[in-house]
Amino acid sequence: MSILIDKNTKVICQGFTGGQATQHCIQCIDYGTQLVGGVTPGKGGQTHLELPVFNSVKEAVDTTGATASLIFVPARFCKASILEAAESGISLIVCITEGIPTIDMLEVKARCDDLGVRLIGPNCPGIITPGESKMGIMPGDIHLPGKVGIISRSGTLTYEAVKQTSDLGFGQTSCIGIGGDPIPGTSFIDVLDLFEKDDSTEAIVMVGEIGGTAEESAAEFIKSNVSKPVVSYIAGVTAPPGKRMGHAGAIIAGGKGTADDKFKALEAAGVHTVKSPADIGKGIAEITGW
Amino acid sequence: MNLHEYQAKQLFREYEISVSEGLPASSSEEAERVAKSLDVDKWVVKAQVHAGGRGKAGGVEVVESIQQVKDFADKWLGQKLVTFQTDEKGQLVSQILIETCTSIDQELYLGAVIDRASQRLVVMASTEGGVNIEEVAEETPEKIYKAEIDPIEGPKESQADELSKNLGLNEVQNVQFRAIFNGLIKLFLEKDLSLVEVNPLVITESGDLICLDAKINVDSNALYRQEEVEQLRDPSQEDEREAKAAEWDLSYVALDGNIGCMVNGAGLAMGTMDIIKLHGGEPANFLDVGGTADSKRVAEAFKIILSDENVNTVLINIFGGIVRCDVIADGIVEALTVMGVSVPVVVRLEGNSAKEGLSILEECELNIIPASNLEEAASLAVKASKGEI
Repeated sequence: MSILIDKNTKVICQGFTGGQATQHCIQCIDYGTQLVGGVTPGKGGQTHLELPVFNSVKEAVDTTGATASLIFVPARFCKASILEAAESGISLIVCITEGIPTIDMLEVKARCDDLGVRLIGPNCPGIITPGESKMGIMPGDIHLPGKVGIISRSGTLTYEAVKQTSDLGFGQTSCIGIGGDPIPGTSFIDVLDLFEKDDSTEAIVMVGEIGGTAEESAAEFIKSNVSKPVVSYIAGVTAPPGKRMGHAGAIIAGGKGTADDKFKALEAAGVHTVKSPADIGKGIAEITGW
Repeated sequence: MNLHEYQAKQLFREYEISVSEGLPASSSEEAERVAKSLDVDKWVVKAQVHAGGRGKAGGVEVVESIQQVKDFADKWLGQKLVTFQTDEKGQLVSQILIETCTSIDQELYLGAVIDRASQRLVVMASTEGGVNIEEVAEETPEKIYKAEIDPIEGPKESQADELSKNLGLNEVQNVQFRAIFNGLIKLFLEKDLSLVEVNPLVITESGDLICLDAKINVDSNALYRQEEVEQLRDPSQEDEREAKAAEWDLSYVALDGNIGCMVNGAGLAMGTMDIIKLHGGEPANFLDVGGTADSKRVAEAFKIILSDENVNTVLINIFGGIVRCDVIADGIVEALTVMGVSVPVVVRLEGNSAKEGLSILEECELNIIPASNLEEAASLAVKASKGEI
């Protein structure tokens, strides 16, 4: 079991023939992802990585039966690409691209919600169900099929959590990077809910960071809706206020969004917090007794 | 990206949002000309820096003679203004804004921001303007009235009227408020802002609404389609090293410690700072080399980190996903060789091509301390920074 994707998920890639997309699509195919084609407007009819290229998502969906799309197009075209996918019958969109203007995301998010389409990202590493399928840029070989569900706002910190849970032999059901932007398509709460309902997920790792109140909202949700053990780490205890720490969403503004506040909220909700990013795996071992 | 008050007010004028009459000046002669051209006998002079708290720091004055305008210009132009929002060095004043003085009856607050929780553009208004609005939000949140703008349908007239009612405005003021409300939203959306704040929005003694201050932040991700706004960038207000880093697509923030950090990914970069602190060390910076780092960029990152005199140790923490560790290793070796780096460099490589990367580091004959995981890397870096290894 897993959430959102498995070995049967049919995936297309938007921006398929670009350099980054090509490199990562090769790795996805090698990992086992059922990549069934791609979209690059103007290159329809060509073949790339031995797969068909289409001019539009609609054509790709009609021909291949794909239900998921992995997006690598440049930031300035992402709004149009995401909306095109959402309106063409794709039900799961994973957008890797970083640097999308926030105002574009306000409309994109509202439209995806109206259409009932799940958007992961943007500015994220994507999603992986170990041993089955990956839609994203994470290194596949650090993952291990298993029983921990991982959610994170950060790419490389997700890898850190993955490696530690793999090294200890626990493995993962699915790992999702929701991205570091102010308006993510999918929230911590959305994914916590999916993991809570997934029978094979026995424990959850949630990696947050400074900025916004998503972790505080997640804490509220966990208190009344999550029965599984949750381990959480929040990055940025040492971050100074008013400075954007790389991610557009990682900024302590007006005294809000500090790591301390988030740790407190999570602890009050019964979450096992760890203060070091190197202790995530250990935290799972302590809380589960594995 | 931040704008100066005078730039923000210029944008306000373009969107027919009422502001006081005034112009910026960059010399005392120009200040005199501007003051005379305004044809009044009382002026407000304001130092232009990208920071709040100017009033309390002496950067805003009400003056009643041309000589006082000139004195203010002479006092501040070319100097640094230190407020509670700047660092101890303060920020350079290259311009002052000279405006007509407004007789104030009441101070209100008006702001617009992207609210992450509701995922909407939210306009906020309060009768508690002028004071520290953050305190009001904290202690009496019921005094801040909000309107969430639907991203597809846009603002509704009823939303402006509702806020106007909450602010206790009369009919004439309500009409003025509608114009300000609509102008502000239009400006926000068309110019890709991430924040606009008017504190205070005042009711003058003659009963009219005027924006006395204006603060604008622009979404840096949207600058590619906001050429005019990008022209308004003032590099003198930005940290030199941060700006230099940005040229190389490196995200850098200076801190007070002595362990320079080079990490891929913003989250892991913050995590690396945190773990250094847990081990009793002090990070000198946040630095994200990004997902597409190459050897050139690694070299630039080194230069920026080492331009901080406090740095006595460097910790490189790379978890390769997109980025290949062997490419990073090449960059490290090249940079260390060319720059003749003398401080100890602790390196932890994991993920994509980590083995190849490590063997490159092992084969070179430089002062590199390899670490096999994050915990060990932090511990080694802290020891090195204290001269213990």
